Amino acid sequence: MSKMHVKLNVNGQEVEGLAEPRTLLIHFLRENLNITGPHIGCETSHCGACTVDLNGKSVKSCTVFVAQANGSDVTTVEGLTNDDGSLGVIQEMFREHHGLQCGFCTPGMITRAHRLLQEKPNPTEEEVRFGMAGNLCRCTGYQNIVKAILASADMMNAQKEAAE
Amino acid sequence: MKDELTQDQRSANLKGMGSSRKRVEDVRFTQGKGRYVDDIKLDGMLFGDFVRSPYAHARVTSINTEAAMAIPGVVAVLTAKDLEPLGLHWMPTLAGDKQMVLADGKVLFQGQEVAYVIANDRYAAADGVEAVEVEYEELPVIVDPFEALKSDVVLREDLEGQTEGAHGPRKHHNHIFTWEQGDKEGTEKVLEEADVVAEEMVYYHRTHPCPLETCGCVASMDKVTGKLTLYGTFQAPHAIRTVVSLISGIAEHNIRVVSPDIGGGFGNKVGAYAGYVCSVVASIVTGKPVKWVEDRMENLMTTAFARDYWMQGKIAATKEGKITGLWCHTTADHGGFDACADPTKFPAGFMNICTGSYDIPTAYLAVDGVYTNKAPGGVSYRCSFRVTEAAYFIERMIEVLAIKLNMDAAELRRINFIKSDQFPYQSALGWEYDSGDYHRAWDQALNAVGYKQLREEQAQRIEEFKAGKTRKLIGIGLTHFTEIVGAGPVKNCDILGLGMFDSCEIRIHPTGSAIARLGTISQGQGHATTFAQIIASEIGLPADDITLEEGDTDTAPYGLGTYGSRSTPVAGAATAMAARKIRAKAQMIAAYLLEVHDDDVEWDVDRFSVKGAPERFKTMKEIAFAAYNQAIPGLEPGLEAVSYYDPPNMTYPFGAYICVMEIDVDTGEHEIRSFYALDDCGTRINPMIIDGQVHGGCTEGYAIAMGQEIAYDEMGNCKSATLMDFFLPTAWETPTYTTDFTVTPSPHHPIGAKGVGESPNVGSVPCFSNAVHDAFRPFGLVQSHMPHDHWRIWKIAKDLGLHS
Repeated sequence: MSKMHVKLNVNGQEVEGLAEPRTLLIHFLRENLNITGPHIGCETSHCGACTVDLNGKSVKSCTVFVAQANGSDVTTVEGLTNDDGSLGVIQEMFREHHGLQCGFCTPGMITRAHRLLQEKPNPTEEEVRFGMAGNLCRCTGYQNIVKAILASADMMNAQKEAAE
Repeated sequence: MKDELTQDQRSANLKGMGSSRKRVEDVRFTQGKGRYVDDIKLDGMLFGDFVRSPYAHARVTSINTEAAMAIPGVVAVLTAKDLEPLGLHWMPTLAGDKQMVLADGKVLFQGQEVAYVIANDRYAAADGVEAVEVEYEELPVIVDPFEALKSDVVLREDLEGQTEGAHGPRKHHNHIFTWEQGDKEGTEKVLEEADVVAEEMVYYHRTHPCPLETCGCVASMDKVTGKLTLYGTFQAPHAIRTVVSLISGIAEHNIRVVSPDIGGGFGNKVGAYAGYVCSVVASIVTGKPVKWVEDRMENLMTTAFARDYWMQGKIAATKEGKITGLWCHTTADHGGFDACADPTKFPAGFMNICTGSYDIPTAYLAVDGVYTNKAPGGVSYRCSFRVTEAAYFIERMIEVLAIKLNMDAAELRRINFIKSDQFPYQSALGWEYDSGDYHRAWDQALNAVGYKQLREEQAQRIEEFKAGKTRKLIGIGLTHFTEIVGAGPVKNCDILGLGMFDSCEIRIHPTGSAIARLGTISQGQGHATTFAQIIASEIGLPADDITLEEGDTDTAPYGLGTYGSRSTPVAGAATAMAARKIRAKAQMIAAYLLEVHDDDVEWDVDRFSVKGAPERFKTMKEIAFAAYNQAIPGLEPGLEAVSYYDPPNMTYPFGAYICVMEIDVDTGEHEIRSFYALDDCGTRINPMIIDGQVHGGCTEGYAIAMGQEIAYDEMGNCKSATLMDFFLPTAWETPTYTTDFTVTPSPHHPIGAKGVGESPNVGSVPCFSNAVHDAFRPFGLVQSHMPHDHWRIWKIAKDLGLHS
């Protein structure tokens, strides 16, 4: 199958490559770019392990063609680590509150939580549970994930306040 | 040397047992730097994909691969014919049966592997799969195990005429085994003479462990060295190496099996699957690495279902409620091949733990395994070999008996619990329970939830319901479960002849840090965190200075892997024992350095000090260095140890769970108002991780009880093969759990730990289910099968005449 030229900005880096028109964004990220944070859990948009941020919106990259993402900004969990290599706030809070076990859903969870907290900087527990319902976890029962996200919101707000 | 820190401070610095130490795994997982099987990329790697049967029972009359081979990128297509000369078109199962690797003349379940396409990338492989032309001739389908035992249709033609199976006589051509335990005649006599007998059919439906990462592998045969490396999602990497060696003929030292990070297992990744065999063959044939990763549909349809037990029960009691006998006959649907993952001598796993937490003097259990046109598997979905089925059975039978006796089910449990002074307790079905204090746990649980007030509220709600003031009922679900985990003593537990011991090797480095390697493999349990805590407490080096490795058979000591909650009971014990060997040598080194006799030094948190003179001591760090730089008479240099631990008995964790549920009679919807989980897993290593395990296990139990199932239609079509149809709860509907604990250490385990990972699945399923039943008990409901999805609950209400 003939290939097309695609160009993306992934985690702040300009990248380009050749892909078949049917290539999914998740496969392009994982196999062409070696960005293996986003995972494949279902390939039907249900589990959210492949969640990435596409132009400021959470998407499930298993059901987006890379062709559709051509020219877009993509953020994956790898892009949420601080510049000095330390864990970003949400990553740190997931660790602090035991918000992960096997780690397979974690990149999608954190990437989704990142977008949720951009949209709702002061969410209630109910809003977190609703906002995270597109991401499945089989290990944690979500209780500590919710705790981690609420703690992230508090910490991000405190940091914002301190900066002002 | 003067130490400014108190003993408690030194102890806290170790982050040993009892500390809620943060997980070391999380630094890489939170950054997307885990390394799972599908992340592995080797030079020239090819991809494999299966052609699968759309039929549940059919003859395969022809396979034409010509069109597939013409597709650009397709390298080869394997069928049973290609595997036959190698003797690999069938493979042995863990249950003593055999299973087709690729369809050999017929298929026995929908989704069965028919051909294996190898291509340059996963897209070309998928194209190839589409292009393989297979002709089938449909055969009559049997999806009901009771029907299978009556039918003339022979499912397993390869076994025709064989009246003896791996577990004794076969009664019918679709029958696999009968397994009997306990006293049949004695139990029948008790039932005849009893004041009260309650009888019920309890069905535990077919479901699936469904870890978020599916099964997969990368096989890489190096033709120059003759060494096969097999990366895969294996819960038992060492056993897989031995199995690969036995079935392929490749010498075991020429096989390296690696389980990298595993994205959840829950039993799904215990078995040996056709994908592994085909990938190994493909790598040998092509000389290139071959990756196979199943998609979600393949996962749900083909690898490792769980449960599917029809349990007919009779329970006898005095009119005061003292249980006198228990009888159970189970019809077990094993699908097209018997691929259950159980220790060899236990074809129905530890189903004979079905007397539960109760002192039942006489009992009898028989299990009949049956072939049907469903997927093979029969794994323990987050439980120790059919313990979930056993716990569900007894916890339902107790409720059924309570109805018959018109008694409160909490009180009925209390008067039948094994008493704390009866341990070690010999059960009527052959087990020796190690320790327990069920009355204490039960009272603590009932008090914590305010049981009496809840019953009053429930009674009031029923009045309001009858008066037409509400359409919602309250259900109070009770469960007291006893698990049996930590398989197991080698004398009675093996898989394919491999004794179920486990192992740990610890090497102390000169500067006082360490590496430990175990025969187990974490799938999210946090072994790298908790096993380092055991070592820290045992040898006094900080957990942060101890690296833990598992899963590489070239470096780790042999062990039987992680499932059945066996890591802490078995490998955890090996870890403590290996650490104690190191401490014993360290004592001799310390005595030498302090110029006293070995017996004149004593252990103090992180050091040996001279008895009566605590200011004279050598820390473990100092001792480690001395082990590498001093010539000590009579001692070899270095400081390392290995332990292969064969446990003297299993461990018996237990727990008391209580769920309060609101049920809308008109819609069948439910709301979990509260869920209280008290677990006693003996000594607690990391309370934070224990809580996490309980949250996760209860959520799996919630899914199973309230909606999750692998369902088939009468044609054998799997109706729940995607996450659209197979219920995995989201953050939205998942309840919030309150955890609690008691501590009753295991008397035979070196650190008294019992294991906890699976308890919440075992305990929560009957708890949720009992809550549903309890809500409708006043209206005459005795038994209704899971899963209790909205429709089924609505149906209960309708059948009870509660809809006007």
